[in-house]
Amino acid sequence: MEDLLNAFFLMSNFVFVPAIAYGSQLALGAVGVTLVYGILRFSNFAHGDIMAFGTMIVILFTWLFQSYGINLGPLPTALIALPFGILATAIFLLGSDKFVYKFYREKKAVPVTYLIASVGIMFVLNGIVRFIIGPDDQRFADGERFIIKAKAMKQYLGTAEGVSIKVSQGLTVVTAVIVVVALFWFLNKTRTGKSMRAFSDNEDLALLSGISPDKVVSVTWILVAILATIAGTLYGLDKSFKPFTYFMLLLPIFASAIVGGLGNPLGAIAGGFVIAFSEIMITYPYKKFVAYIVPGDWKPEGLVQLLATDYKFAVSFIILVLVLLFKPTGIFAGKSV
Amino acid sequence: MALNKNILYFAIMALLLLGVGLFQSWNVSLSILNLCLISAIMALGVNIQWGYAGLFNVGIMGFAALGGLAAVLVAMPPIEGAWDKGGWGALGGLLIAVISIGLAVFTYKNMKSGRYRTISIVAICIIGFFLSRLIFSPATQAIESINPAKSGYLGGLGLPIVISWPIGGLFAGIAAWVIGKITLGLRSDYLAIATLGISEIIIAVLKHEDWMTRGVKNVIGMPRPVPYEVNLQSTPWFLELCNWLGADPVGFSSIFVKICYAGLFITMLLIVLWLSETALKSPWGRMMRAIRDNEVSANAMGKNVTKRHLQVFVLGSVVVGLAGAMLTTLDGQLTPTSYQPLRFTFLIWIMVIVGGSGNNWGAILGGFVIWFFWIEAEPLGLLLMNVITSGMSEDSSLRLHLIDSAAHMRLMTMGLILLLVLRFSPRGLLPEKS
Repeated sequence: MEDLLNAFFLMSNFVFVPAIAYGSQLALGAVGVTLVYGILRFSNFAHGDIMAFGTMIVILFTWLFQSYGINLGPLPTALIALPFGILATAIFLLGSDKFVYKFYREKKAVPVTYLIASVGIMFVLNGIVRFIIGPDDQRFADGERFIIKAKAMKQYLGTAEGVSIKVSQGLTVVTAVIVVVALFWFLNKTRTGKSMRAFSDNEDLALLSGISPDKVVSVTWILVAILATIAGTLYGLDKSFKPFTYFMLLLPIFASAIVGGLGNPLGAIAGGFVIAFSEIMITYPYKKFVAYIVPGDWKPEGLVQLLATDYKFAVSFIILVLVLLFKPTGIFAGKSV
Repeated sequence: MALNKNILYFAIMALLLLGVGLFQSWNVSLSILNLCLISAIMALGVNIQWGYAGLFNVGIMGFAALGGLAAVLVAMPPIEGAWDKGGWGALGGLLIAVISIGLAVFTYKNMKSGRYRTISIVAICIIGFFLSRLIFSPATQAIESINPAKSGYLGGLGLPIVISWPIGGLFAGIAAWVIGKITLGLRSDYLAIATLGISEIIIAVLKHEDWMTRGVKNVIGMPRPVPYEVNLQSTPWFLELCNWLGADPVGFSSIFVKICYAGLFITMLLIVLWLSETALKSPWGRMMRAIRDNEVSANAMGKNVTKRHLQVFVLGSVVVGLAGAMLTTLDGQLTPTSYQPLRFTFLIWIMVIVGGSGNNWGAILGGFVIWFFWIEAEPLGLLLMNVITSGMSEDSSLRLHLIDSAAHMRLMTMGLILLLVLRFSPRGLLPEKS
């Protein structure tokens, strides 16, 4: 019995809790990608770098606040810096829309032109971020580290393993839930949100019924700024901030959005968790876990790992390929054209 | 008129290279030229995909890296005993994996859809995975344990490295076929995302499959298709040549080697260019452009759009793989960590778009111009930063930071160039003839 409990705690520490946190981060990123896709109808290759840009501003403000001695006690200071990051990102995105995308929208360019333009934006963001904060790792998490400490739990229960939950993980999940609820409330209940959905469903019809396309597009970019900055900051608090890692997040984020059905926010959230759980479950070495649940002399010698951690991107890729092969519109029907 | 513009642009490019030769050094100028040539071939490959057919490939880096892998597998001398210890096991493991995927596809095509088919396919995949791991893992461990500091990998076939160029193209072509088969026919974004994914995975394989590529320990000292400087310096005819030119043998030998490379690369560039121009002017080329300009009507005319796209996607990737093998040959080493998407994928894209998509000469010009500025932007950026910060004190932290970060400026510059060209001159420097 105690061994089973140990095995369960182990899985919770190294698989379930990290996967829920990572899944929430991916989901927030994927909702941003999917919104751009639904409204502006292109895959935004700059999304990873938008996240990096927003997080960078948050980090700079966090440092500023820390130097003034402002903090949130047990919670990371980055939370107070978040609005500034969102504001800066929103200004950047609205500017990029005005100077880049708007031109192609008025010309009714083919989707691939937007894609290339987003690659250009990605380059510019890449340059700005590396120029200001540099290409290296930055840690900016402060406050308490753990909500539940494994050590205290072990002493209390007398088991060999204990559950531990990091503040960053708890914060990620709570924030993600709040953001997603707010987003769905906005999309379903407010007038602007409804006009966004109408625009996404049928652009011509929406225009005929007097919806202003400029307003819809601007609101979309502001939502993207909010989602991307929050996703990036949570990821940075949970792991660490490195511009190149954020660029690499593009693949799992796209995979999440496509698995859930491009253009469908609910699908993007489900997709994020599918990708996160598969990635972590397939690359986790089960050696210790198996040792707990099998009789003593059956202990495995190898790591009992399905795939080396280095290939975690292969997991999102394979899921992506399977979805494209068997259900190109995604689990929840998204746009197929 | 168009011809004049062509000549003018290439003449300016030649002058720039000459200028670097005269004012910086001939060594630098020739190194830039060699990489310009390779970039031009890569840009030709991307132009075949984008310019002829409008396919957006974001995985150029991966296909180029497959070329590099081919260079290692073909040209490096085989490692003593590695094949006996684990080579066959590693190959056998891979073979089982391929067979089980083939079997799964076969089952999918030949069984009636339903629960039994799903169960059999899943069973085939799971059994295949574990069976191949069972054979593969111990074999690769055995290979990696042979003198890990110096070899620890299988080595290659020990053939002349030039042979690896077409092989590199073949590798890239096979990978492109698989990706194309899956994503072509779906919407264009999917091809972009899938190629982005496969290129990251190819790089991950090169970095972590030590038995094949030594991973991050790098394969160095690859054989060359041209003479070595040291040998040249003791060859009578070379010394006579130096005498006649009045040049210093040591300095001239390295220039001579670079000229040899340039000769090889120019030959390859001309072959690829001739082939692509011939293809573009043929009925096939006209059909490709018809498909690109209006897929629906081309489809109505009875053209199999998806099949043609697959064909052109594979052809373009073959050219990129070829250029990738040439690049590794020039470097003389395979360093998986040096494959960065910004340098290998997006830079090539900028070359094609700036040069003029759809026009082979434009792609070549783009390859030259962009590579030239990519290299020269760094000293220029540093100079600029030094000028801007000259008013600040020597050890001002802002000044040091700005000078340190000057290198990142070129990313931003490239992005701005892409955006500006796309907006104000979408047809590029040398537009496609209509």
